[in-house]
Amino acid sequence: MKKESSYWVFVVHRVSGIALAAFLPLHFWALGCALEGETRLDGVLAWTEQPLVKLGEWAIVIALAAHLGGGLRVLALEFLPWRDWQKGLAAAAAALTAAVGLALALSL
Amino acid sequence: MTPKGESLLWIAQRASAAVLAICVTVHLATIIYAVQGGLNAAEILGRTRGNGAWLAFYSIFVLAVAVHAPIGLRSVLMEWLGWRARSRDLVLAAFAVVLAWMGMRAALGVFL
Repeated sequence: MKKESSYWVFVVHRVSGIALAAFLPLHFWALGCALEGETRLDGVLAWTEQPLVKLGEWAIVIALAAHLGGGLRVLALEFLPWRDWQKGLAAAAAALTAAVGLALALSL
Repeated sequence: MTPKGESLLWIAQRASAAVLAICVTVHLATIIYAVQGGLNAAEILGRTRGNGAWLAFYSIFVLAVAVHAPIGLRSVLMEWLGWRARSRDLVLAAFAVVLAWMGMRAALGVFL
């Protein structure tokens, strides 16, 4: 069971990382539109109000939280001396992801 | 790549991860705060325009991600697609430059 949870944390960390790497150029392009003026940026932001785009944004923020949680786990395992509490890091990463997903859903 | 080169990439990946852990935490908190009531350009630019602290923060964020993402993708391309040729590293170096360029353009876009 422990091995299984470690495997899934690895898969989530990797897949969320790929999704974030793919999303970043689009994110930077959208914000870079501010160079063309406030109206242009508002045009891009209006496009993001579509329900499917909103859902995509929510998913990418969850991916960001999951990647953060998984990354903190990797750093703790690699750089801190082994302690029993580290067994709970996968669950802590999942809890962080769920908390961010819920907080964002409530804020939208 | 030489073992020394591989070691440098490993260190760069972990060092950028440590920087990103702080940046992403701040970014997530900002997102959850900023989306309340909807996003508009005036609100975003009101927070970032002429604000040197945000420009410094986003510049560090962008540069850390431009280091971190291509090194992470390197492992994925190697382990999942079996791409080990030198061309892989050239493509990823180009991706790092694109991320740094587009990211700094975005950071300046909301600052100027």
